[in-house]
Order: sequence, then structure tokens, then C-alpha cells
Amino acid sequence: MQTLNQHIQAIPLNHYILLCSIIFSIGVIGVLIRRNAIVIFMSVELMLNSVNLLLTAFSVYRGDATGQVFVFFIMALAAAEVAVGLAIIVMIYRNTNSIDINVLNRLKW
Amino acid sequence: MSTFYFIAFLSIFFAILVITAKNPVHSILYLILTFFTFTIHYILMNAQFLAIVNFIVYMGAILVLFLYTLMLINLNKESEPRKPAIVTIAGFIGGGCFLVTILAAVKAFKVSQPVILNDPNLGLVKNLGKILFNEYLLPFEVSSILLLSAMVGAVLLATKDPKTT
Repeated sequence: MQTLNQHIQAIPLNHYILLCSIIFSIGVIGVLIRRNAIVIFMSVELMLNSVNLLLTAFSVYRGDATGQVFVFFIMALAAAEVAVGLAIIVMIYRNTNSIDINVLNRLKW
Repeated sequence: MSTFYFIAFLSIFFAILVITAKNPVHSILYLILTFFTFTIHYILMNAQFLAIVNFIVYMGAILVLFLYTLMLINLNKESEPRKPAIVTIAGFIGGGCFLVTILAAVKAFKVSQPVILNDPNLGLVKNLGKILFNEYLLPFEVSSILLLSAMVGAVLLATKDPKTT
């Protein structure tokens, strides 16, 4: 336990913010540049996880356990979102035989 | 201290591989590695409950669900068509602008105190359970209703409608 505390004591909060922003931006870029619906979904998961990590870092920084409780709720929400989203993707694949999101442009303007 | 930087480098490296891998199965496997590095981050912050939940829920449940869906959708015959180059460049510029904005905001705040764990049992199951079932009992119950409705919705969406097909 003591060595663990020694490990995290030296890291500034800014470096956690930097890491989480970079991973969040990678998720945003992944949503923008890919056409496979499942990979887009995985990029959304990446964004959710980076926010979770930053919430935990702030929770440890403030010494307040509420942030970690919120991370728990976000994980429950992510599980629900993945279940519904993958069901929608399976349904789209059954109807169009493709999971390319450019097929789904019927609601465009 | 250097453990954090090494793991952070691995996180960013695998996250970039997730969005650039051509094969979706490789992408999912890299995502599993990314989530494993996140679990190590949680352990380094002594958030043991979140580390275990991240390990079980994300790497155990959600990514297996992804792999299973990918197995249902037989994708390995044709490779994914790429977006046109201008859209890709625009995506990179958009994400880069987002990153620069956030970093500028962080730089303007000038907060750089080190993250110090004052209470060693902050992230343990005992402490979090007391908070979760005292102050956050109602959101906990509401999230159970959310999971139930998500399960019903997923079953309803994914089953084949006998009338239409």
C-alpha cells in the first residue's frame, strides 16, 4: 500500500487530464473517419472509458468517493447502451446486409 | 512514477491501433488491451472496486458481446470501404482542434498539483458500498430499471419479426 501511494504521489493532475483528453480525441477521430458501425461503437466506448478514468483521478485528487460511484453508474449505463446498440446493428445488418453507415442515409435532409 | 507514463503510453498506442486497424476483429482485440491498461490505471490509483468492475464488465462482458455480434455479422469476406481522403483529413483536423481546445483550457487553469491519495481505503469495496447504499440508493434502483428496460429492448430489437420476414 505504501509503495502504491508513492507511485501516484508524483503524478500531477494535469498529466491525467492530458492522457484522458488524448484518448477522448482518438475516440472522436475514430467516430469521424470510420465507416464500420461496430468500430464507431468501439470508439464511443473509448470515449466513455477516458471520461471514467478522469472522474476517478479527480475523485482521488479531491479525496471524495462520489466520483467513483458515478463511474459505477456510467459503467451500468454503458452496458445498457451496448446491448441496445448492438441489437440495432444486428437489425440493420439483417435489413440491408451491410453495416456500412453510408447505407443509412434515408433520413438525410 | 515511471509506471504511470509507461502505461499511459501503452493506452494511447493501443487506442490509436483500435481506430486504424483494418480488420474489425483486430480492432476489438486492441480495445481489450486498451481496457486492460485502464484497469492498471485504476489499480495505480488504488480504486480497487473500479479496477475489478472494469475488468469484469468491460473486458468480460461488453467486449465479448462485441465479438459475438461480429461473429453473427459475417464480415470477413469484403473489407470495409474507406471514406474519401478529404473526409478523413477533416476528421483528423476536427479531432485535433478539439484536443487543442481542451489542452488550452487546461493550460489556462494552471492546476498542476500532484494527485495524492490521502485516504488509503477511498476506493475499496467497503467504503464505496456504504456510500452507494446510503446516499445513492435511489439512483442505484433506477439504474436497475434501466438495465431491465435495455434487456427487454435488446431482445425486442434483435428477434426476427415473424410477420415481416
